[in-house]
Amino acid sequence: MTAQSPVTTGDRLVDTPAPALLRAALDAASEAVLLCGAADDKILLVNAAASALVPELRPGLAAGAGPLPGLAAAIAAGQDSFTDEFAGRHLHGQRRPLGDDHYGWYLRDRTDEVARAGALQAERARTAFLAEAGRRLSASLHQGRCLRITAELAVAHLADAAIVVLPVKRRQSMWVRLVAGGPVDEGRLRENVLPDVPGLVEVLGGFPPIPSKWLDAAQAPDWLLPGDFGPVGALLVTPLPGNAEPAGALILARRGAEAQFSPDDEMLARIFAARAGAAISAAGLYREQVDTTAVLQADLLPPELPQPDGIELVGSYQAAKEALRIGGDFYDVFGPTEHSSDTVIALGDVCGKGPEAAVLTGKVRQTLRALRLVEAKPDEMLRVLNQALLQSARQHRFVTMVVGSVSRADHGRVRLNLATGGHPPPLVLRTDGTVEEVPTSGTLIGAVARTVVHPAEVELAPGELCLLYSDGLTEARGGPTGAEEYGEARLRDALSGCRGMPGAAAVERIRQLVSDWVHGGARDDIAMLAVRAPDRTQLSLRTGARNASPFALDAPRRGDRRVRQRS
Amino acid sequence: MTVPAPFRSLDDPGLAGEYLRLVGDSDEHGAVRLVCELLDAGVAPQRIMMDLIAATQARVGELWAANEWSVAREHAATAISERALAAVATRTSVKPYRGSITIACVDGEWHALPVRLLAEMLRLDGWRVDFLGANVPGQHLVTHLHQTGPDAIALSCMIATRLPRAHAAITACKAAGVPVIAGGRGFGPGGRYAQALGADAWAAGAEEAVRRLARNWPPHSPDPQLSAFLGDEEYTYVVRQRGALISTAMATLAETYPRVRDYNPRQLDATTEDMTHIVDFLAAALYVSETQIFTDFIEWTAAVLEARGVPPVALRVGLEAVRTQLQDFPTATAMLTAGTQLVK
Repeated sequence: MTAQSPVTTGDRLVDTPAPALLRAALDAASEAVLLCGAADDKILLVNAAASALVPELRPGLAAGAGPLPGLAAAIAAGQDSFTDEFAGRHLHGQRRPLGDDHYGWYLRDRTDEVARAGALQAERARTAFLAEAGRRLSASLHQGRCLRITAELAVAHLADAAIVVLPVKRRQSMWVRLVAGGPVDEGRLRENVLPDVPGLVEVLGGFPPIPSKWLDAAQAPDWLLPGDFGPVGALLVTPLPGNAEPAGALILARRGAEAQFSPDDEMLARIFAARAGAAISAAGLYREQVDTTAVLQADLLPPELPQPDGIELVGSYQAAKEALRIGGDFYDVFGPTEHSSDTVIALGDVCGKGPEAAVLTGKVRQTLRALRLVEAKPDEMLRVLNQALLQSARQHRFVTMVVGSVSRADHGRVRLNLATGGHPPPLVLRTDGTVEEVPTSGTLIGAVARTVVHPAEVELAPGELCLLYSDGLTEARGGPTGAEEYGEARLRDALSGCRGMPGAAAVERIRQLVSDWVHGGARDDIAMLAVRAPDRTQLSLRTGARNASPFALDAPRRGDRRVRQRS
Repeated sequence: MTVPAPFRSLDDPGLAGEYLRLVGDSDEHGAVRLVCELLDAGVAPQRIMMDLIAATQARVGELWAANEWSVAREHAATAISERALAAVATRTSVKPYRGSITIACVDGEWHALPVRLLAEMLRLDGWRVDFLGANVPGQHLVTHLHQTGPDAIALSCMIATRLPRAHAAITACKAAGVPVIAGGRGFGPGGRYAQALGADAWAAGAEEAVRRLARNWPPHSPDPQLSAFLGDEEYTYVVRQRGALISTAMATLAETYPRVRDYNPRQLDATTEDMTHIVDFLAAALYVSETQIFTDFIEWTAAVLEARGVPPVALRVGLEAVRTQLQDFPTATAMLTAGTQLVK
């Protein structure tokens, strides 16, 4: 095949337009065409469009030897299409056979198409990033978590390292740092090192951010990033907008000499920082509220119980389904004082619910604490409390409660002097499993000027238990219909079933039975306080006690004096 | 007088038996002394917790199911084991170097000992642990998460009827951005239901949880809203009609099984409770779309009732009494049928 141009070969082309005309027609086409010989893949003709696209392509050259590696690979692999990049242009080539001996590569410039697709993809990535940021940042009200999430998101989408710095408080700044692939570092920075980071003080001061290109990354101090991070190529310091003052600053770093933050990157970082700042400052507000509540709440929560010698005390408090964990039920225990060896116990229920009721329980408990110091008897305590409440209460609120003084008696027994003011009388679980009601009664506290209180005394033998409870327990509605009250009969049965259990196990069991009864329905506050005379022996729950002696010595728990007395 | 403690080892023959006897007799002092002797003898606290305390607790559960131990004795033994565990815990300390984790039992779940064991195991592995205890309502849990911002939450569910509430808690924790590791038998064999409920991981026991949390934590977590809703109209119906289903079934039971009429209030309450369980487990099975939740429960109940001399016909009649009320609901009916077939 020696012809210079394929159009002149073969008989079929006789009486056809001159080659020059065909050539002109090809040159006028907008599509780039390379005509090649099928046998040796040599280029026979390059039209004007193809020359403009890739000037290096010339007739006589092997098609694969040109500057297009994609084309070479397609020829080598016998493929019919290729894509390639040349001088910033994206090319797509399609091979079409032209008779048996020739074929053509038809090239198309798809640079604009690629750029559009790229822009669309970048836009989608930005949207997805901001959507993820919104979702994750709005999820937590915990400031530390918000800071960590901010750093994580920034490292995943914006930079090789991210540092969040909070505003200075007491000459220190909290900061969180994350480098891609590493763990989150948290700590505090002294105020005087902050000016080391270019642009940081300005941003924390509420001034507009300085564009990345004006920040000299080389000036970043050594402490800013871990030693193995390498040289910082580009630095961006973005404000985290907060509640009318900056919530902090976000420092982004990219490594490598070529690194930079484009104006688009800076804009995206600012949009992200706005969301992060809102979340961080909301979490800050929440924390202030929580701290305040915690201080106010501390005195209203159930107390740590003292564990006086020879008396087992167990308390349990379950607030109605509210997050605050405080309500109108309460119990308290005041241990022995210098003048009195008695332990004073109290359990009560303020009418109403929630914080208002809780505040009154705090007052009642404080009054009782004072009365305990003047060694008032339980029934006297109730009378004085009644007067105090009647004189002080702004709104009409009354209380029902049981007060008792607990002391040790001989033979490991425990004696209780109990007085009730309008409250369900305590129950006593005896060794044989019978349950008795303590015969005490009295009128509401804080309702009428004159109260009537009939105190009662009970003695517990070792292993016996006295349960003080609030009516939230017996009035818990549930059961199969969801509306039936738990009731005293069931409570007595449940208590009877606790025979031989340690106090903690007994109280836990009753809590559990009531919780099962209400089946997660709306609950009132439930308070329980159990006083138990500890077992003197490993009182067996099975038939045939393991230990034959009724007074098995249990030295660590009982005083030496008592042991000597016995022996 | 102090007697030098004998050298103790977990391999001592009869050690497990001795400990079981101590907790069974409510001998707190003896049980605490035994674990302290083991600690003094250099036994790793983790081994005492898992191989002695946890293993004994499993045995206690079996003894209760076989009606050899009363509920009271089971509870007392558990309380003693908690004291023994506390003794081990106070005598071992580890500086926290991992993250912080919150541990809780799901709302309505009272089995605190397994989670307390987990709490101590994680503490020994270097976690900062917040132990919220048994029966933690979802709102309390989420409030706690917002206030403390832990790196993980371990949620325990031992009984499948709590799965809907476990699901609500898991979704809420994940919505608050905290990954959840689930644990406990309630999540089914191999933790099968945990994934459907959106948990990020599941562990069969405390040791597996420790291993799981030590690597690749937190896991990648999809949007929690993807798994936020389970259950269908059959589940909705059973839950909304729960009271009516139980009362009607009890009435039917009294007709077909006349002995019920002579029951005293306590026996009646117990029978109502059994019926309640049938409905609640059915609801849970419908919620997760897993018949096995229901059939496992029936198998277990049949064994427990048999150990207590209750004839199987009572359970069959109870199942039938519920099924006749749910004829329009094919999935529920199929589950009840599958359950009935298991009762001999």
